[in-house]
Amino acid sequence: MRQLMKGNEAIAFAAIHSGIKCFFGYPITPQTEIAAYMAENLHKHGGVFLQAESEVSAINMVYGAAGAGFRVMTSSSSPGISLKQEGISYIAAADLPCVIVNVMRAGPGLGGIQAAQSDYFQATKGGGHGDYHLIVLAPSSAQEMAEMTVTAFNLADKWRMPVMILADGVTGQMMELVDMSKLPEVETCEKPWAANGRKGRAEHNIINTLYLSPEELEAVNRRQEEKYEQIKAELQDWEEYNTENADIIIAAYGITARIARAAADRAAEEGIRVGIIRPRTLWPFPVRAFENVTAKILCAELSRGQMVEDVRLAVNGRIQVDFYGRCGGMLADEDEILDKIRRLAGE
Amino acid sequence: MNKLLNKPRSITDVPFHYCPGCGHGIAHRLLGEVIDELNIIDKTIAVVPVGCAVEAYDYFECDVMEAAHGRAPSVATGIKRCLPESVVVSYQGDGDLAAIGTAETIHMAARGEAVTVIFVNNTIYGMTGGQMAPTTLPLQITQTTPYGRDVLTQGYPLKMCEILAQVKGPSYIERCALDTVPHIRSAKKAIKKAVEYQIKYGAYSFIELLSACPTNWRLSPSAAVKRVGSDMVDYYPLGVYYDKFSEGK
Repeated sequence: MRQLMKGNEAIAFAAIHSGIKCFFGYPITPQTEIAAYMAENLHKHGGVFLQAESEVSAINMVYGAAGAGFRVMTSSSSPGISLKQEGISYIAAADLPCVIVNVMRAGPGLGGIQAAQSDYFQATKGGGHGDYHLIVLAPSSAQEMAEMTVTAFNLADKWRMPVMILADGVTGQMMELVDMSKLPEVETCEKPWAANGRKGRAEHNIINTLYLSPEELEAVNRRQEEKYEQIKAELQDWEEYNTENADIIIAAYGITARIARAAADRAAEEGIRVGIIRPRTLWPFPVRAFENVTAKILCAELSRGQMVEDVRLAVNGRIQVDFYGRCGGMLADEDEILDKIRRLAGE
Repeated sequence: MNKLLNKPRSITDVPFHYCPGCGHGIAHRLLGEVIDELNIIDKTIAVVPVGCAVEAYDYFECDVMEAAHGRAPSVATGIKRCLPESVVVSYQGDGDLAAIGTAETIHMAARGEAVTVIFVNNTIYGMTGGQMAPTTLPLQITQTTPYGRDVLTQGYPLKMCEILAQVKGPSYIERCALDTVPHIRSAKKAIKKAVEYQIKYGAYSFIELLSACPTNWRLSPSAAVKRVGSDMVDYYPLGVYYDKFSEGK
């Protein structure tokens, strides 16, 4: 059951396994393998692959398919995800379940095609206009890309909201062994709200995001807020590595967490105890992971410092939070992280 | 007492918000009658736009999705690809269809999606108070063309039926007008044929309806409706631009 595959292909495989009806995409490096896999395979499972004329169109096709009650996915990379933000805001507003994959590359603007983690703010703080959130999952291996894809569809349906898989160009492109027998259970549910033709239903179903009465819209906003609070309480997910009695904790997600782990192991050989807290959900941010931390924290990211703000909010000034980041498509460097660890340990 | 004329069953009891003389009410009624006559209310999903018809989700008894501005063709595509047996109608205005959503419009036509497009062209952005539309006529005065549309600086109006007739993909393209009783009857026939083509052949159809906007044209309802039959029809000739399945072909 173990197969060697790219992270992007693992996502596509798991999406089909999850029962998607449609995939709507548009080519952009470094995520195009997802669309290519779908083009080759989705029809064999009774699904529809369609290459849209733009990212804007693709995400609105997602809105239509999700509104009709079907499992649907789109994927892109950073500049393309910016284009999708209008549609994502509408999908969130309409309480539609879907999965959006962002295999991040460096920005801003056209940026470059190498891996980055610089869309953290966009993914976790809204992205489009209005007061809303996505559930954001952060895989750090091909295996997790597959597993989190199944989880993403389950969560999207359960909570009736869009879920983003926030990956990076390295995990998307890297080939690793994936064990598909370890995928989570596919959980489906009835969607009586779907606009899929009345078929004798007493009332027509409406998928809508317009509320001209501010009282009504505020009530909609508040209802979503309640849902978000419940998600914050229930869904925080993270992985810990050697955190007990650690002198230093590194907070990192995705590919950066794996590089940090290598640095942490080398630090251990030098007698510095370094633990890792790796958020697996970025929204909700795993605040609880930091509740009992007393060690100094080093937040490592492929950005100029985005998740570090959430780490600082989580510890609320209680402890020192340092930052290490590479950007522009440069990878985090094990030696540089180790240097940073040594300096923090010596302070 | 017998009522001789009833509201179509496919239209809800919610009072329309449209201005007197506006074509949307007529267009809604025609579509409602077609849904009734073909008995397809249980499998029709209407996609409604941003613009004056933004509240149309409250007016149709079938399932409805409200799309983002210009994106109705993409939403319609998403629905139809999941539910090939359904009837999908994309109802759009001129700003929506021919400005912000031009790419979506042309590409849905190129794919020949089995969707019926109803395009209400009143040469103006009505909902936002009467600004220049992609179909605003040369020299027409709007809030954003206060000296009249100058085609040299503000561009020429787009003729969508003519543009789409160049695209392989559509099965049926017709431009109708909502000004006179015979024209309205032709419009109804066109909408019905388009929906029938969708059901029978899985065909893409595009029905343009020239329509009045008395409020933003600053004309009385009757003068506005007359303008549809004069200035608008002069620039946007009525007729069938393409009919793949017409008899005699």
